[in-house]
Order: sequence, then structure tokens, then C-alpha cells
Amino acid sequence: MQTETLFSLVPLVVFLPVLGLVINLLLGRRFGETFAGVTASLATGLSFVVSVILALALKGSPEGVSVPFAEWIKIGTFNASWTFRVDTLSVLMMLVVSGVGTLIHIYSIGYMHNDVRHNGDPARFSRFFVFMNLFIASMMVLVSADNFLMLFVGWEGVGLCSYLLIGFWFEKGKDGIGNALAAKKAFIANRIGDFGLLVAMFLIFWNFGSLDFKTVFAAAPAVASAHPTALLLITLFMLLGVTGKSAQLPLYVWLPDAMAGPTPVSALIHAATMVTAGVYLVARSSALYTLVPAAQTTVMWVGAATALFAATIAVAQFDIKKVLAYSTISQLGFMVAAVGMGATVAGMFHLVTHAFFKALLFLAAGSVIQAMERGAHEVKGHNSELDPQDMRNMGGLRRQIPVTFWVYLVGGLTLSGLAPLAGFFSKDEILAAASEGHTAVFVVLVLAAFLTAFYIGRQMVMVFFGEARTSAAAHASESPKVVTLPLVILAALSVLGGLINLPGLTWLEKWLGHTLGETTSAGFLWGVAGTSLLIALLGLGLAWLIYGRKPLVKDAPDPLQSKLGGLWKGMNNKWWVDEAYAFLFLNPFKAHAEFTAEKVDQGGINRAGDGLGEGAIGLGKRLRTLQNGFTRSYALWMLLGLVAILTFMVLR
Amino acid sequence: MIPMIYYLGLAVVLFGLGLVGVLLRRNALVIFMSLELMFNAANLVFVSFSNYYGLLDGQALVIFVMVAAAAEVAVGLALMVMIFRTKGSIDIDQMSKLKE
Repeated sequence: MQTETLFSLVPLVVFLPVLGLVINLLLGRRFGETFAGVTASLATGLSFVVSVILALALKGSPEGVSVPFAEWIKIGTFNASWTFRVDTLSVLMMLVVSGVGTLIHIYSIGYMHNDVRHNGDPARFSRFFVFMNLFIASMMVLVSADNFLMLFVGWEGVGLCSYLLIGFWFEKGKDGIGNALAAKKAFIANRIGDFGLLVAMFLIFWNFGSLDFKTVFAAAPAVASAHPTALLLITLFMLLGVTGKSAQLPLYVWLPDAMAGPTPVSALIHAATMVTAGVYLVARSSALYTLVPAAQTTVMWVGAATALFAATIAVAQFDIKKVLAYSTISQLGFMVAAVGMGATVAGMFHLVTHAFFKALLFLAAGSVIQAMERGAHEVKGHNSELDPQDMRNMGGLRRQIPVTFWVYLVGGLTLSGLAPLAGFFSKDEILAAASEGHTAVFVVLVLAAFLTAFYIGRQMVMVFFGEARTSAAAHASESPKVVTLPLVILAALSVLGGLINLPGLTWLEKWLGHTLGETTSAGFLWGVAGTSLLIALLGLGLAWLIYGRKPLVKDAPDPLQSKLGGLWKGMNNKWWVDEAYAFLFLNPFKAHAEFTAEKVDQGGINRAGDGLGEGAIGLGKRLRTLQNGFTRSYALWMLLGLVAILTFMVLR
Repeated sequence: MIPMIYYLGLAVVLFGLGLVGVLLRRNALVIFMSLELMFNAANLVFVSFSNYYGLLDGQALVIFVMVAAAAEVAVGLALMVMIFRTKGSIDIDQMSKLKE
């Protein structure tokens, strides 16, 4: 078949998930769990097939095409149409989103079955898959957009799905409202970022007169020389959008709370795909960023600082998902730092491998959590006292859930960057890029990499090694096949993912080069690779030394607590960032809202309205005495009125 | 010729008597009579000025006023009869049902 025809298949990547969600919306509840799950997985899976076809077609004509789909907004010279962009960058994202997405959908069939049973609302099952398919469709709109406006549509769409899915069990959580609050927090934090992206888009339209990628990027050098400030503002406001969606400093605070959502959601949205949208945006706009070194430096430092900052917090968390959440923020920091340095390929490479191994870790963590829940159930009915996510309640799980243990081990070692797993190659590329001219960033990232290895080592030891610290952990049992199979596939991908940009072969670099133009890559530096490997081993070794040699006993404090003292307290309390935000922004805002509500609205505006009414009532009461029922008094009043009018007319 | 001021003075006295009657008397029939007194005071002014200026408009208007007054009295008396039948009195102060 001709490649042109193949390219015209691209709308299917969006519309297959939409079809899936419509079917589930109409029929999902009637035909039950298996039907809903299979439909949704099939829709995403077919979307993946289409992505593969597109990738194969791109091999023939790698420069990519734009496939016009529908007219949208046309005002004067401004034209924003729904056009699909098929090039190596967008198709790479499509492959990741639909590929990892399909595996997570399949996993969800098993996971949500248990979750729904525990929470006792079967109707939610199909709703979950409706949201998931909606997410895939939105994400596809985002990555396949040909202009900033369509990208923004997808950007908002995934934000909505994130909100819906974080608050999926909206009636659960702390005080019965915790999950809803977490969803709200994510939505509002993202709104701040989206405001930045919107302003960036306005500025782009103001300066370029268009929002199309091709037009904007082609005109970028001219604008850069004419209005350097404009381009700086555009890139910095865009960075604000990135910090919101990709959970970077200072807007990352929503992501740890987003763990309130079901675990597959954490894996799909808050680890593998949505949060990488910011990295994708910077990569896509690299033509703009390379023209503004100041913005590049800012992006790089935001990423590096986030990488280290989040890693320190991850060290001192006890919730199995919270550790992974901070780990995700930290890894996203690596990617953002990479694209900030101009090492776009390295950033995208890490995005892909991270999607594999972090999805794996989250899904495996979900398997652990449900194993704990089953264990607790077996021991003494369903015990609501025990927190199945607290690592202090686990221990020794490698014997109870061997499959989960092995895949977790693979994911953890990949995250820590052991050769020759995927994470090693991608992280090494970022470090290599940093070592060339960005020494300070290199040091920060190496430190973050060390902490990464340490906290994931700590987590693995606490969860799987030693002795069971609760009876629930002792009675935990392995998850069903539908849950473990995607885990095994993802584990294989985590092992082999490094192949796509193996030093020497550099497939990914050549592949993305068609879209990003000439890319500068640091290549493979033995010194850097050795350092990163050493650091990973050091981190893992230290974790084993502290947590593994003398296994944690029940209710004992963390061994680091006494060693680090105040530092531990800071890390354990997430450096009080939430509290600081509450103090700096939330409380003044609430006080202001209270003031306007109580004083201005209730006291001023409402009082004025009431006053008018009360005045009218009082006047009416007084006037009512005039109507006394005596006709003759009416006549007298008429006479007086007449006299008054006549007097007025005569004397005037 | 009798000066104009006498006509007008008489008219004022008549109008005043009528007004006082309307305001002070409680018997509806007497009020009607007082009203007629006021009408006729006005009529007197009309014809006086008509005569004074030598124009016929005033005379014509008086005829109209008389017709209207006659019609009004017909309606009014009918009302009186009905009120007397229901209430047994034509005391105007008793007619305060609409106040409630």
C-alpha cells in the first residue's frame, strides 16, 4: 500500500479509543466487567496497531506529513484546523502511549475487579474504562496535534481525565473527602500551569500570527533577532505550563496527592504518559528553545533541582506509592533537564524507558497492595485498620508473591540505572550531555541518581526482604494472571528498552533526527557511564547495608531517623512545601475570600439589597394608615392634593 | 349690569358649601346633593364667563355637564338603592369593606 494511504489512517489513533468509550458508555454496564475491560483494551490495542503501521510507513518517508482532518477556527488570516501531525516524534509518543496504555488496560481488568469488589460499587467498573479510553484519546490528540491550539485541547483533555481518575473513589479517602480534595488540588495546580501555556500561545500568535508548528518554527529565527524578549517570554511561560503538567518545581505538589487514584491510573497518567507531556512540549518546541539560551538554562535548572529535591523526599516516605510518586517527579526532572540542555533525544529516550519501568513499578506496587489486602482479608476479615500501602507493614513478601517480586526487582534495578537495563542507557545519555559544559548540573544529577538508587533499594528491601512484619504480609497471595502478564511484558521492555538507542546503533537518535533536525549528542562516554554505574551500585549497596543486613522489626523507627536527625524530619515531612504553600498562598487567599464573602458581600452588597426592601416595607406600613376605609377622608386627601397642585401651578 | 365678581363670589360660596357637605355629611344622598351643588357652582362660572366674553362655548359646556351629571346621578342612585338593600343603611362610613 502507498504510504500516503497509510498516513491517512492517523485519525484512528484518536477515534478508536473514542469508539471504545462510547460502546462502554452505552453497553458497558449491561454486559458486565469482562466486556467493558476487553472493549477498552481492544480499543487501545487497535490504536497501538495503527501507531505501529504509522511507524512502519514513516520508515519509507521519514520527514513526516500533516494530515488535515477538519476545519476548526478560521478568523481572517488566523486558521487553526484539526490537523494530525505524523512525524517521528509524534509517532514515538503514540507508540508509548498506546503500547503502555494497552498493557495497563489489560492489567486494570484484573486490578479493578478486586478494587471494585472491595469498595462495593460494580457500576464503577465500566466507568473506569470509559475514563481510561477518554484519557488515551485526549493524549493522542495532544501528541498528534499540528498546532499549539490542538495540543492545548489534548493538554486540557488529559488534565480532565487526570482529575476524574484521581477522584475516581471520590467518596473515599481521609474524612470521606480526601480523594476529592486530591483531585481538586491536581486540577488547580494544573490550571496555574495551563495559564502559562495559554499566555505563551497568545504571545506566539501575537508575534508569529499563527499557531501552526511549521510556520512558527520556521519564523522563529527571524522573530528571535527582531524581538528577543518576546521569544524569552514565550519560552518561559511555556515552562510554567511544563512545570504544571510535568510536576516540576514549584508546581509538583499535586502529583504525590494524585496517588489517591487507583494504581493503574497512577501508572498510566501519573507516571508513563500524561506527566511526560511537558517534556514532549519542550522537545516539540526545541526550535524555539535553542534560540533562547537563558530559557534553556532555566529549564535545565528547574529539571535538575526537581530531580534532586524530589529524590530527597522519596528517601523518607513510607507509603509504597508515595515513594514512586516522588521518584516520578525526580525522573521527570531528569528529562526536563535533558531537554533544557538541548539533549532532546536523551530526554525523549529517558521518557520512553521511564514509561516502561515506572509503569512496571507502579503496576507491581498495585499488585503488592492487593496482595496485602488479600492477606489482611484472610487473617481476620477485611481489616480497615491496616494500611496496605505502608511499607512498614510489609516485609518478606518475596516468598508470598514471587512473580511480583521478580518484576519489581527488574523495575527497581532499571530505575536505579544498572547496566545493561534500559534505565542505565537513557540516564547515562542525560548525564553524558550534562558532563559537557554543565558541570554543576552534572553534579546535581549524579547526586539525584545516587539517591534514586538508594530509595528504590530501600523500598525493595523493606517490601520484599526480611521477615513479614504483619500477619497480613505473611498471608499475602499472588495476583491473578491477567495482572501479572502485563507486568512480565513491561519487565521485558524495561530490560530491552535500552536497545532503541544503544550506543553505537543510536536508532532513536537517527529516528528523531528526521523531525528535530541535526541533534547534538554526547554519545557514550566511558567515564560518565562508569560513574553512573558506580553511583547506582553505591546507592543500592548503601540501602542494603542500612535496611537489608538488619531487617526492620515491627514498629521500630527507620534506621535513618537517628542518623540524619533534622534532615530526616525535613525529608519525611516533604520539606513542608505543602505547609509553606498553604501559609503563603492558600491562607491569604482564603482570608481574602472570607473577607469578600462575609464583609463585602454579606455586609455590603447583601445589606444594601436588604435595606432597600426593608425601606420599602417601612414606607408601605406608614402609607397603609392612609387607607382607612372612610370615603370622606379620601375625598379630603384628594382636595388637599388638588390644592397643593393648584398652589404649585399658581405660584410657580 | 351686575359685576362679574358677584357671580364668581356666589359660585365660590356654592362650591364651598358643596365641598363641606361632601366632606362632613355621612348620608350618601346628602353627599349627592352637595356634589350637585359643586357642579352647579362650576356651571355658574362657565355661564358667567360665557356671558362676559360673549362666547357660546361656556353655555355648550354647561349643557354637557348637566347631561353627565344627570347620568351620574342615575347610576349613583341605583347604587344607593342596592347598598340600602344589602346593608339597610346608606351611611357612607359603613362602606369600608374594601379596606380589609
